[in-house]
Amino acid sequence: MKKSVFTGLYILIAILIVLPFVIPNAFYMDLAIRMAINAVIVLGLNLLIGFAGQISLGHAGFLGIGAYASAVLPTHFGWHPLLAMGAGAAATGLLAALVARPIFKLKGHYLAMATLGLGIIINIAIRNEAQWTGGPDGMPVPSLGLFGFDLTSDKHWYWVVALLLSISVWASLNLIDSPFGRALRALHGSEVASQVVGVDIVRYKVAIFVLSAVFASLMGSVTAHYVGFVTPNLADFFHSIELVTMVVIGGMASVYGSIVGAVLLTALPQALATFEGWETVAFGAILMLCMIFMPKGLVPTLAAKFGKGE
Amino acid sequence: MKMALLDVKDLSIHFGGVKAVQNVSFSIDAGIVYAVIGPNGAGKTTLFNLITGVYKPTAGEIRLDGEAIHGKSPNELAVRGVARTFQNLQICLNMSAIENVMVGAHLRLDRNLVKAALRFPGLKKRDAELRAEAAELMRFVGLEQFIEARADSMPYGALKRLEIARALAMKPRLIFLDEPAAGLNPKETIEVDHLVRKIADSGVTVVLVEHDMKMVMNLSDRILVLDYGKKLAEGTGAEVRQNPDVIAAYLGAHA
Amino acid sequence: MLAQFLQFLFSGVTVGATYALAALGFTLIYNASNVINFAQGEFIMLGGMLAVFFTMSGLPLPVALALAIIVPAIVGVLVEKLAIEPVKGAETVTLIIITIGASLVIRGLVQVWLGKNTHSLPAFSGDEPIHILGATLLPQSLWVLGVTALVVIALWYFFNRTLQGKAMLATSFNRTAAELVGINTSWVLFMSFAMSAALGALGGILVTPITLTSYDVGIMLGLKGFVAAVVGGLGNGLGAVVGGLLVGVLEAMGAGYISSSYKDAIPFVLILFILFFMPRGLFGGKSTDRV
Ligand SMILES: Nc1ncnc2c1ncn2[C@@H]1O[C@H](COP(=O)(O)OP(=O)(O)O)[C@@H](O)[C@H]1O
Ligand SMILES: [Mg+2]
Repeated sequence: MKKSVFTGLYILIAILIVLPFVIPNAFYMDLAIRMAINAVIVLGLNLLIGFAGQISLGHAGFLGIGAYASAVLPTHFGWHPLLAMGAGAAATGLLAALVARPIFKLKGHYLAMATLGLGIIINIAIRNEAQWTGGPDGMPVPSLGLFGFDLTSDKHWYWVVALLLSISVWASLNLIDSPFGRALRALHGSEVASQVVGVDIVRYKVAIFVLSAVFASLMGSVTAHYVGFVTPNLADFFHSIELVTMVVIGGMASVYGSIVGAVLLTALPQALATFEGWETVAFGAILMLCMIFMPKGLVPTLAAKFGKGE
Repeated sequence: MKMALLDVKDLSIHFGGVKAVQNVSFSIDAGIVYAVIGPNGAGKTTLFNLITGVYKPTAGEIRLDGEAIHGKSPNELAVRGVARTFQNLQICLNMSAIENVMVGAHLRLDRNLVKAALRFPGLKKRDAELRAEAAELMRFVGLEQFIEARADSMPYGALKRLEIARALAMKPRLIFLDEPAAGLNPKETIEVDHLVRKIADSGVTVVLVEHDMKMVMNLSDRILVLDYGKKLAEGTGAEVRQNPDVIAAYLGAHA
Repeated sequence: MLAQFLQFLFSGVTVGATYALAALGFTLIYNASNVINFAQGEFIMLGGMLAVFFTMSGLPLPVALALAIIVPAIVGVLVEKLAIEPVKGAETVTLIIITIGASLVIRGLVQVWLGKNTHSLPAFSGDEPIHILGATLLPQSLWVLGVTALVVIALWYFFNRTLQGKAMLATSFNRTAAELVGINTSWVLFMSFAMSAALGALGGILVTPITLTSYDVGIMLGLKGFVAAVVGGLGNGLGAVVGGLLVGVLEAMGAGYISSSYKDAIPFVLILFILFFMPRGLFGGKSTDRV
């Protein structure tokens, strides 16, 4: 069982190594990079939603904090981009930890409401503080210098995010199959049962919420540097929903499902662009159909069909 | 006088107008099997919920080894060696059977997030040992055939025992079993009867809620009878059986 | 001073009434199915947009308005039949994604058919403002408040005095028990989606003369309706109405006295505070989860 879990990782690494040599052009290279970035965010979010069973409808807000830290701090204050990225992540972690305690005394829909509200407030703040953030129009982001050379070419970016993705998958697999991960999954399965065996459930929920928020923030910074420009859309409610959708469509509580979800939903808007004007309808219809016919998500549904546990 | 392991004094809880437990007092010595009986709705499960911290009492005191524990949360009680099972199964169906048991050992493990994510060798080694230990526990409760099973594929009777295995994985001093034989067939009931005996013999103090009177009389050193949330009687099996209030209540309830 | 305060209050209760109708919609569906319907805001949008469309296409006003309520109600029922019923008992997140999918489909269709322009409706009884203590009140605001009040009374009557209403209420307390006593819970589900879509649409129609409408106004209105429903304690009808008015008034006051650019953030700041300090909303009772 343990073997088959890591087999997936080896296959992923193999694909990641081969991919740049078969990608036909810059357009697909860009798509692949954005897929990988989203996959890392979704991995973190899936730990929260799929494994621990908690909802967040505000994760784009955390992503936005990271992205704008990387845009604002170097531009207006001359910070080193890495320092800015770290500051963004730290601020996100702090904010997440601060609100998480009261939030995680809540359940289900109240939790959805609280995280949604938090995300929207962050987004509105970004839109309104135009003197720092450029407001609704967004702002450019300086390039990221790493160890003396500027990360500018897509090739370089690809290897960076591929590495990040591989490490994240490895770490997630490790985490799930550890005392910490078991406690997370147990509190999803039964809060009261996990409490009576000694799991401090609020602490675990807070920990995984903060962890996934910091993941999102860091990847927000990466996105900002990669794209070279940030807009408030990165942090809006719809983007939060997109991220949750990636988790749910790929498969809750499935590491590889997170990647599949991120890949599919990053590609979907591109694929739908041909349906001029009908993109929103098509996107909504696909969400509904997927959830109606595969409420557990793609990877778990397929895995069950072909009789193989993940 | 020797101090009791568990001391409950004037314990009460109200849900709105429902007085589920009212002024109940009793104490349990270490090493015995203590049964709580009474008709459905008498407040037995609620009493368990109160002692294990799942509910907060409206009034009263609970002491474990002399330390006041009322109002403490379930995880704080787990630290003090209190384990329990649930009348309405609380199995994590999103996990495998053996993982459910491994969760029981939560407090005895290194729960560090960073070490886990980075796959520290010590952690992996300890996990492997734990897996073997959990398998051993599953054999102890008679679930050897389910060691590789997913929890959501197991029958009801097996899940009841899986709960017991999980509770035992805590290495508790005191274990609360809420109707461990409910819904089981006669053969399974006898097996559970033996299992409870084995647990008690291993030195764990057992508190048992059970409707099967034969099993209760067989196993228990002392019995507490609840009715409408109140203590009706307490004593050895023989004492309780002869108590006129108990006879009246039981005859009344079953007439 | 007073005039200004009154001015903010008037505009606050007017939008607040719309939030209240939306919140009632959330409450109805939540009680019947435990689903938070993220498409609720789209019914508000649909009401306003369809009213504009039907009046522009020459239908007499009453017919146009009736249609602008009936069509969203049918859409609501379709959402329930096609998307909610098939996944009974699914996880909360799954249901959230489904209703968000539904909202995208509705919004997308309106965008394709009716375009991206902003529209208005003529006020029902003129634009001549009424002067009260130096503040002005639009006659349309009176329409909004009056109709909302009527709706609240009608709903109260329905749930407390009619058999159908009591059946719906019973289902929300205990579905299994309701089924046991012979209540058709599938009908209850049907009714709650139809009613909450109609309520949303009604709110959308009423405020359109004041706030204007376009294909994308549903998101914010819906989210604020959700806030209002939670402020009052999810599932509590009276709470939804009070919550709606409270959110509307605080938003207007905040916009007026503090910062108009942070107007949209105010409901969400409010809800975070309420959830932090009163985890079940203003009117949500305390209860212990049964184990
Ligand atoms: N969380 C709760 N909220 C409200 N009432 C409860 C709760 N838990 C138990 N009760 C009530 O307390 C009484 C005792 O229930 P319980 O302890 O389950 O009885 P027993 O286990 O003896 O059958 C019942 O009337 C039950 O409805
Ligand atoms: Mg009981």
